[in-house]
Amino acid sequence: MKTLSKIYNGIIFTFLYAPIVVLIVYSFNDSKNRVQWGGFTLDWYRDLFSNELILESLAVTLQIAVLAAIISTVIGTMAAVGIFNMNGRLRRAMESLNNIPMVNPEIVTGISMMLMFVAIYRATGLLQPGFATLLIAHITFCIPYVVLQVMPKLRQMNKHMYEAALDLGCTPFAAFFKVVLPEIMPGVITGALMAFTMSLDDFVISYFNSGSTAQNLSVTIYSMTKKPVTPEVNALSTLMFGSVLILLVIVNARQVRDLKKQKERR
Amino acid sequence: MGENKIIELKNIAVSFDGEPVLKNLDLSISDGEFVTLLGPSGCGKTTTLRIIGGFVEPDEGDVFFDGKRVNDLPAHKRTVNTIFQRYALFPHLNVYENVAFGMRVQKKPNDEIKETVARMLKLVNLVGFEKRSVSTLSGGQQQRVAIARALANNPRVLLLDEPLAALDLKLRKDMQTELKNIQKSLGISFIYVTHDQEEALSMSDTVVVMNNGEIQQIGTPQDIYNEPKNAFVADFIGESNILDGVMIQDYLVEFFGRQFSCLDAGFEPNEPVDVVIRPEDIDIVEPVKGTLTGKVTNVTFKGVHYETIVDFKGFKWLIQTTDYYPVGSVIGIVLNPEDIHIMKKSEYSGMFGDYSSYSEEFDELGDPEAGLAEDAGEGEE
Repeated sequence: MKTLSKIYNGIIFTFLYAPIVVLIVYSFNDSKNRVQWGGFTLDWYRDLFSNELILESLAVTLQIAVLAAIISTVIGTMAAVGIFNMNGRLRRAMESLNNIPMVNPEIVTGISMMLMFVAIYRATGLLQPGFATLLIAHITFCIPYVVLQVMPKLRQMNKHMYEAALDLGCTPFAAFFKVVLPEIMPGVITGALMAFTMSLDDFVISYFNSGSTAQNLSVTIYSMTKKPVTPEVNALSTLMFGSVLILLVIVNARQVRDLKKQKERR
Repeated sequence: MGENKIIELKNIAVSFDGEPVLKNLDLSISDGEFVTLLGPSGCGKTTTLRIIGGFVEPDEGDVFFDGKRVNDLPAHKRTVNTIFQRYALFPHLNVYENVAFGMRVQKKPNDEIKETVARMLKLVNLVGFEKRSVSTLSGGQQQRVAIARALANNPRVLLLDEPLAALDLKLRKDMQTELKNIQKSLGISFIYVTHDQEEALSMSDTVVVMNNGEIQQIGTPQDIYNEPKNAFVADFIGESNILDGVMIQDYLVEFFGRQFSCLDAGFEPNEPVDVVIRPEDIDIVEPVKGTLTGKVTNVTFKGVHYETIVDFKGFKWLIQTTDYYPVGSVIGIVLNPEDIHIMKKSEYSGMFGDYSSYSEEFDELGDPEAGLAEDAGEGEE
C-alpha cells in the first residue's frame, strides 16, 4: 500500500511540475529551436532585461502589486474587524459572502469588472481602462484573501482584551491600535503577502481590465506568445515562477511559526 | 466603610436576543465595601458587573456613580477598573508595560509611571518580574499582573469577574486572602463576581445572591447563611434540609406532625412555611431520647465529619456529624429552637433541600463548569 501511494504521489507531482521544469531548462537553452538542446546560456535573461516593453510591464506589475497589497490589507483588515463584531447570523452571512469571490471563476470577475468600468467611463468619463482600473480590480480580488487571514487571528484573541484596553482608559480607536492590531499583526502581514502574491500572479482579471496603457507582465507575456515565441518568454516565466514560489514559501513558513507559537502559549 | 453610596443601580433590566437577563435590579454599593455577586451560571451576575464597567448598556433603569447618572458614559471614561476572566493581559507587552498601560494612555510622566509600577508590583509580590513576557508567567502570576494593571489606575471601585476561577484550589485560597488584604489596605470598593459560595462568605462585607436575573437576598455573610430568605438561598449557600411546615403561631412551628419551638415570628397563624435545618446543627442522640427517629441509609467520610443521610418517614435528611453511625442503624435527633429557621413560601419551595437523590458526585458535577458556561453564554451579546 505504501509503495503504491508513493508512486501515485510521484505521478501527480510529475504532472504538476514537469512542464515547469521543462520551461526552466529551456530558459537556459542556447538555441532558438524549442526541441533541440544547444548548450547553456544566460542570453535570454540578458535580452529580457534589455527589452523595454518587458521592463515597463515589470514596473507596472510591481507598482500594482505593492499598492494593491497595501490598500487591500487596510480595507480587508477593517472588514474582518467589522464582520467579527457582527452577531451570529449576519456574521456567518458576511463570511460566506466574502468567500464567494474566491470561488467565483476569475473570468466572470474579470469581465464583470470590465463591464462596470466601461459603464462608468461612458457615464462620467472617469476611469478610462488603464492603471487605475487595473489597480481597483486587483484590490477587489485581494480583499477576501486578507479577510480570510485576519479572521482567525481575531477569533484566537482573548475577547476581553479589547475591553481591557477600554477599561484602562483607551478610546475605542486607541484600543484598536494599541491592543487589537499588535495581536492580529501576524495575520495582517500574511494577508498582505498573500495579496501581493495574488496580484503578481494574476492574468485573467488583468487581461480584461488593463487597457492599452498599463499592462502587467502576465498580459505582456500573453501578447508575446501570439507572435512566434522567443525563449525570452521562458526566461520571464521562470523568473515569475521563482518569485511567486519564494513568496508562498515565506507565507507558509510564517503560518507554521505562528502555529508553534500558539502551542507554546498553551 | 463609609455610608457614602458610590454606585447605585436602579430598576435595571437587560435582555439579550429577547431573553431577559436582568429584571428590575436595584443595588447600591458603599465606598470601601467588599460586595460579592453570587449565583449559578446565567444568573446575571457578570452582566451586572459589565453594566457597572460600561460594557453593557441597560435596556431600562439608571446607573449612578456618586449620585451622577452615568448610563451614557463610555467604559474608558469611568473611574472603575476591571479584572477580567482569564486576565486579558496584553501578550505583546512585558509585565512592566502591562502595568504601565493605563498610565501611558493618560500620558503620565515617566517618573510617576516608574514609581507606581514599582509600588504595584510590590503590592502583588512580583518584584523582579518587570522585563518578563506575560506569556511565560503561571496562572497565578498572570492574575497578579492583572490586579496590578487595574490598581495602577487608582480606581475607586475594582470590578472582579470570577478572577480566581482558573486557579487551583491551594492558590485560590492564598489569593482570596491576598485580595482581601489588598482591598483593606487600599480602602477602595471591590465588586466581586463568583459562583463559589465559600469564596463569597469568606471574603465579603456584603453578599448579593442572584438567580434568574433577580436578586434573591442581600446581606452580610452571616445573615445570608443563618437567615436565608428562600429555599434557593438556603440551598445555594451551604447545605440545607428544607421541609414543609406550618407556623402555628409566633415561635411555634409544626412539621412531621410535631410541634417545635423556634425563634421566628411575624407570620400569619397557620401559614404554610419552609423550614430550614442546617446539617451541622442537628444533634444525634439515642433513639429513645430523640424527638424524631430515623434510619441511616448512606455514610460518606469527608475528613472533618461524616455526611450521614438519614431517612425520616421517607424524607431524607443530610446530617453532618463527627461520630460514625453505620448504614442501617436507627438514631434519634434533637432540634433546639435556634437550629430551626423559618422562611416564607416562595417560587423555589419544594425544589430544594431533599436529599433523597443524594449522591457524592452530584455537587462536583454541578459547579466547576458554571464559570465557563457563563463565560460563553454572556459573551455573545
